[in-house]
Amino acid sequence: MSQRLDVDVAIIGGGLVGSSAALALRGMGLSVALLDKGFCGAQASGVNYGGVRRQGRPRAQLPLSQRAHAVWPRLSSRIGIDGEFTRSGHLKLARGEAAMAALEAYAAIVADHDLGIELIGHNDLRERFPWIDGDVVGASLCAGDGHANPRLVSAGFASAARRAGAHVLENTPVTGATRNGTGFALEAGEGVAIRAGALINSAGAWAGPFAASFGEPVPVSRIYPSMVVTEPLAPIMTVNTGMEGGGIYARQVERGNCVVGGERGLPLPDADFSRPTGDGALAIMNRAAELFPAMRHAQAIRFWTGTEAAMPDSNPVIGPSSTTPGLFHAFGFTGAGFQIAPGVGEVLAELVRDGATSTPIEAFSIGRFADRATMPAAISDRTADGSGAARPPEPEHRGDLS
Amino acid sequence: MSGRAQPLVVGAGPAGIRAAQALVAAGLRPLVVDEAPACGGQIYRQRLVPDGRSAEALYGSEAGKAQALHRDFAALTGHIDYWPQALLWNLRDGEADIAVAGENRRVAYDGLILATGATDRILPIPGWTLPGVFTLGGSQVALKAQGCAIGSRVVFAGTGPLLYLVAWQYMKAGVEVAAVLDAAPFSAKFAMLRGLKLFPAIVLRGMRFVAELKLRGVALHSGVEGLRIEGSREVSGVAWRSGGREHRLACDGVGYGLALRSETQAADLAGCAFRFDQRDRAWLPQRDAAGRTSVPRVYLAGDGAGIFGADAAERAGERAALALCEDRRLPVSLERAARLERELARIDRFRDVLEAAFPFPAHWAGAIAGDTLLCRCEEISAGEARDAIGRYDIVELNRLKAVSRVGMGRCQGRICGGAAAELLATETGQGIEDVGRLRSQAPLKPVPLVLQPAARDRETAA
Amino acid sequence: MPLLHRITRKDHAPIAFTLDGRACEGRAGDTLLTAILSHAGAVRQSEFSGKPRAGFCQMGACQDCWVTLAGGERLRACTTPLAAGMSIVTQAGRAS
Repeated sequence: MSQRLDVDVAIIGGGLVGSSAALALRGMGLSVALLDKGFCGAQASGVNYGGVRRQGRPRAQLPLSQRAHAVWPRLSSRIGIDGEFTRSGHLKLARGEAAMAALEAYAAIVADHDLGIELIGHNDLRERFPWIDGDVVGASLCAGDGHANPRLVSAGFASAARRAGAHVLENTPVTGATRNGTGFALEAGEGVAIRAGALINSAGAWAGPFAASFGEPVPVSRIYPSMVVTEPLAPIMTVNTGMEGGGIYARQVERGNCVVGGERGLPLPDADFSRPTGDGALAIMNRAAELFPAMRHAQAIRFWTGTEAAMPDSNPVIGPSSTTPGLFHAFGFTGAGFQIAPGVGEVLAELVRDGATSTPIEAFSIGRFADRATMPAAISDRTADGSGAARPPEPEHRGDLS
Repeated sequence: MSGRAQPLVVGAGPAGIRAAQALVAAGLRPLVVDEAPACGGQIYRQRLVPDGRSAEALYGSEAGKAQALHRDFAALTGHIDYWPQALLWNLRDGEADIAVAGENRRVAYDGLILATGATDRILPIPGWTLPGVFTLGGSQVALKAQGCAIGSRVVFAGTGPLLYLVAWQYMKAGVEVAAVLDAAPFSAKFAMLRGLKLFPAIVLRGMRFVAELKLRGVALHSGVEGLRIEGSREVSGVAWRSGGREHRLACDGVGYGLALRSETQAADLAGCAFRFDQRDRAWLPQRDAAGRTSVPRVYLAGDGAGIFGADAAERAGERAALALCEDRRLPVSLERAARLERELARIDRFRDVLEAAFPFPAHWAGAIAGDTLLCRCEEISAGEARDAIGRYDIVELNRLKAVSRVGMGRCQGRICGGAAAELLATETGQGIEDVGRLRSQAPLKPVPLVLQPAARDRETAA
Repeated sequence: MPLLHRITRKDHAPIAFTLDGRACEGRAGDTLLTAILSHAGAVRQSEFSGKPRAGFCQMGACQDCWVTLAGGERLRACTTPLAAGMSIVTQAGRAS
């Protein structure tokens, strides 16, 4: 069935980044086509842990993260649902003095960014969070952070974009995207042809080939964060928790289920899909019961994994193409995209309309991968949070650089 | 571990028992795992302790078959590894995670026969979550395995051959059966006449059940619509429309079901391809006449791969075991295999008759009231599900689960999945086969958070 | 009000257990579900609505009959044999 669309902006990838960009662009009066190879928000946006946190991010991400921070409490007016966003606070635990020192160092590094981080010592922790056990020596609390339901938020942005008049084409994979005069021509699905003035590549784990096709290959790899969900429990956890050095993160939703992450799944023969490993699941389950003894009788009822895109320096690619005017990239959030994505959407909309954005994003330039010799090493001023940082990501796309 | 891994048989009902038996006869030593403490599945479920009732009292006309199965499985002791009260909760690439007595055992298998059986199929009706409402299968288990009646004055409702069988069993046990309410129109029963030339004894037995129920004064209603269960904290009665008028009856127990649905989660985890089956109105793992699936060395037998009944399960179990042996290049009686397939084909034709005589009332799905619960685990009403479909532009079942929570509870969609698909299809004007199926994921059933790797696994891993 | 009515095993060996603090007796051969429902009209209260639930499928599929013991242990009542001394709490719900 053939379809022809002429729009101001075409967006490849209907996850939270693409959907929030689509909504922001509609708010500016621009016409938008939002395309996804499946259902919008079914990939990383919908299967991540659900943490909405600024704490722990590299300094370079904080302006963007603060911008996104303002969106979350206003979700109802923005997309019609609150996405179960809860400003519970984010409590990052330290298991040992070295970890505590790292938390202290981070708090110092980001002190000028207004995160309101509070360092908590052992005794204070036992008093304020008696449900946390194990040998935790202290913690860092960011009271303004929290968590939300990724499935609702991602789907919610896409539906809101659709209601705002964006052309949302689901189950419509983009099979080709090329420069066409001063704009772009896309082929997608069964005979869908799109002409657009500007193009956004927010295709997540599938963004690499699109970047490569415009002459700027990047080393995108895939990670498969894996979650365990318990049956609904009586209220135990009053904050969203993480662990300095990684290994485990856990939160409790209002209905009572506890969501625990920290392990990685494995890809299936079709690397678009993954499966939690039995060992990984058991490990995280037992670790959770140790750390949060009130959970020890709970039954685990669900596991899930999803596909997320990772960059070698753990920072995303955000910003204008280095080769093609009118093309903008936003992908590779390396397991930390959820909180920040609504801010990224607004930034992309500004870039499309104005050619510039008020939020600093130079650190995420795609150009940093252009010269292999100067490819950035792992950034040291951030603390590796959550998802099994010790395990290297499974390489999937390395473009021309591998 | 030396040599080849064992074949693994999942389920010790009629299919699993015959499969294990055939594997042993071929010189193999399978591991048989089953959730129950004793073999027999649901249909031939055993009591926990003797209670003075005869096999006939428990299993009726099928008593001989039940006893043979129990006896034949017991005779396999020493020739198989058997783990009762064992939950297979994860499968991947020749390895299975099985929870037994609070510990997790990881086993490698070479050859997998899934004989996971079936449970009752339902569509939500008002009051279906009230205490005192059990499935037809559940009502039968209460009587057979626990020697209990689900009430002192019981109504049985729904459709399917089990409806009349369980009602009759309760009547014979001396329980007051107030009524049998069949969604199927009376005229549908004439289809059973076609079954006379296939399995006359089964058809005549069914007719006898109906006659004896009638003789006892049990009210039998057909073409039942608008079924609802009444009560506030427990069942107090049922109401419905049939014969052009409204009816109401007081009762303190309801057995409800609309035939059966296959337990296909393990097949999904094993990577089997699925296809939509029109007769079962369900997605089923693909299997050929021998029980082979799309995955090499994975076989299906019994009601877990489509509803065929216990007699078919015995034959399919044996046939799948023969297929496993064939694939291992062990000698197999081709004649026996062919005979089993012929018998299965005959039963298949009879299943068409049963479906015609007891058609599934799919049209009930469109009429589920907004405040009736669709997902009983998460307490999501049909109205909430419809709202989510509209709000998020949902056309696919996993998507509906993700945004509405239907199917996210402890049962992981076993009870509500079929109904959710029917509701979604109706709301979006799609065919039932176009809305997708709920993807299975580990754990296949709830597992304790503190499940420990078994000591011996910890040793071998070290 | 009891939901399940014994037809057999009425004279089997009694098994003592506690239901919401009340001393009760089951019979040898009972599942936990049978034992509870031969005394009471529910095994739990829904964690969302507080409405009573008493199981549904009797075969470990519907997961409706999970109960909590006094020490916090979780058991699926229809597939767990009654053991002497079990102390079951049916009012557990969402109370903290």
